[in-house]
Amino acid sequence: MDTVFGVEYEGGVILAADQSNARSILTYQSNLDKITTLSPSSALGVSGPNSDLVNFSEYISKNLALYQLSNDGIQLSTHAQANYCRGELAKALRRGPYQVNCLLGGYDKSTGKGSLYWMDYLAALAKVNYGCQGYASNFCLSIMDRDWKEGLDQEQAVAIVEKCIKELQVRFLISQPNFVIKAIDKEGVRTLKFGADPSDN
Amino acid sequence: MARRYDSSTTTFSPEGRLHQVEYAIEAINNAGTCVGILAKDGVVMASEKRVTSGLLAPSKSSEKTYKLCQHAACNVAGLTADANILIDQARLRAGRYEYQYSEDIPIEQLVEHVCNYKQAYTQYGGLRPFGVAFLFAGYDQHHGFQLYQSDPSGNYSGWKATVIGANNQSGKSLLKNEYGATPEEKDDEMKVEGAEEETSMPDVNKALQLAVKVLNKTMDATASSPEKMELFVMSLKDGDVVHKILNTEETKKVIDEVEAESSAAGDS
Repeated sequence: MDTVFGVEYEGGVILAADQSNARSILTYQSNLDKITTLSPSSALGVSGPNSDLVNFSEYISKNLALYQLSNDGIQLSTHAQANYCRGELAKALRRGPYQVNCLLGGYDKSTGKGSLYWMDYLAALAKVNYGCQGYASNFCLSIMDRDWKEGLDQEQAVAIVEKCIKELQVRFLISQPNFVIKAIDKEGVRTLKFGADPSDN
Repeated sequence: MARRYDSSTTTFSPEGRLHQVEYAIEAINNAGTCVGILAKDGVVMASEKRVTSGLLAPSKSSEKTYKLCQHAACNVAGLTADANILIDQARLRAGRYEYQYSEDIPIEQLVEHVCNYKQAYTQYGGLRPFGVAFLFAGYDQHHGFQLYQSDPSGNYSGWKATVIGANNQSGKSLLKNEYGATPEEKDDEMKVEGAEEETSMPDVNKALQLAVKVLNKTMDATASSPEKMELFVMSLKDGDVVHKILNTEETKKVIDEVEAESSAAGDS
């Protein structure tokens, strides 16, 4: 039911997600932030039941913080973070899986590039230029496929995401009133836009 | 009095010392010498090969240098049997890290792991410490080429150039004078005292020569020969780390270069 997308551009990544927290026929809240900051230069967008979403993204982010503390402040690259997440999903898969499908976006100082990784709860991992989780992929992947090209700037990447959101609001049966859009680049992770403030309660 | 505290590795003596650990460190000061030198474009390690018997079959590849993973290697001073256990640990750690992160382990983490393993044997009862000191050479994306040394207590430290094993003191003092100094500059440095500038790194060839020079001094053998030393170079080629142990001819060439230089300087 949830929607998470990501688009890579020159020097960064855009992650976006709907803000609905719902189960069965009931909506609990519509200002949820499903994109967790993992490290100063990476974030994880997660689709799945709220319990697993919070549990998994906190588990990963705290373990990355532990890595940094125990290794002289060295930070894992986005590639290493993605493989670590995948490993944890694979480990959990045969015990009691986290029902989470994720997109991990990060910026690497060493390469000066952003990168985006697509992951599902079955622990499949792929590096992608653009990606989408949930029913939304039926509507959005074709838009991203047509519009994405090498060397986009941030505005163009955001424009693709907004086009996707508009498509969902016209064609998708399920109502997703609010979306949060974040950018990850050399400045770090920051929120560009939200439909409803996640800090309001 | 001290004897009462000798047998147990993990009991402090009244002076606050761990005798067994100190003896293990002492044992290494009699082991074959290893020299490590950090170069601009790589790391060089040179080790003394002690000829035990003419009847002994020569080892197929290397005696003192062990590859730990694609981007790290080590030299051993001390008990080779003990070293094998630690080298297995290091290889296992490097492999596990790659399994977890699909990336190369940072060198310092690898060294720290081995040293933590060594440290445990100075604290938990009933076991003797590892009688091994290592030189670790490695490359990673965070800090480039690196050189570390470790001892049986589990201490480790990073160096630009260092010596372990027999006569390491005299080896170190030679390195202190010669590392980063070009022949012309040497005299100037004598005059300008206290002006400690950032030492300029040698390239791999210069480092090899310096390493052989140090071994010549520490081995106190009459003539150095390729049979008595093992030279190792780690460098980068097209972004990949290359390990190389010099063969007899190449080693001979370095030894000859060092001899030619010293006879030219007139201090042979």
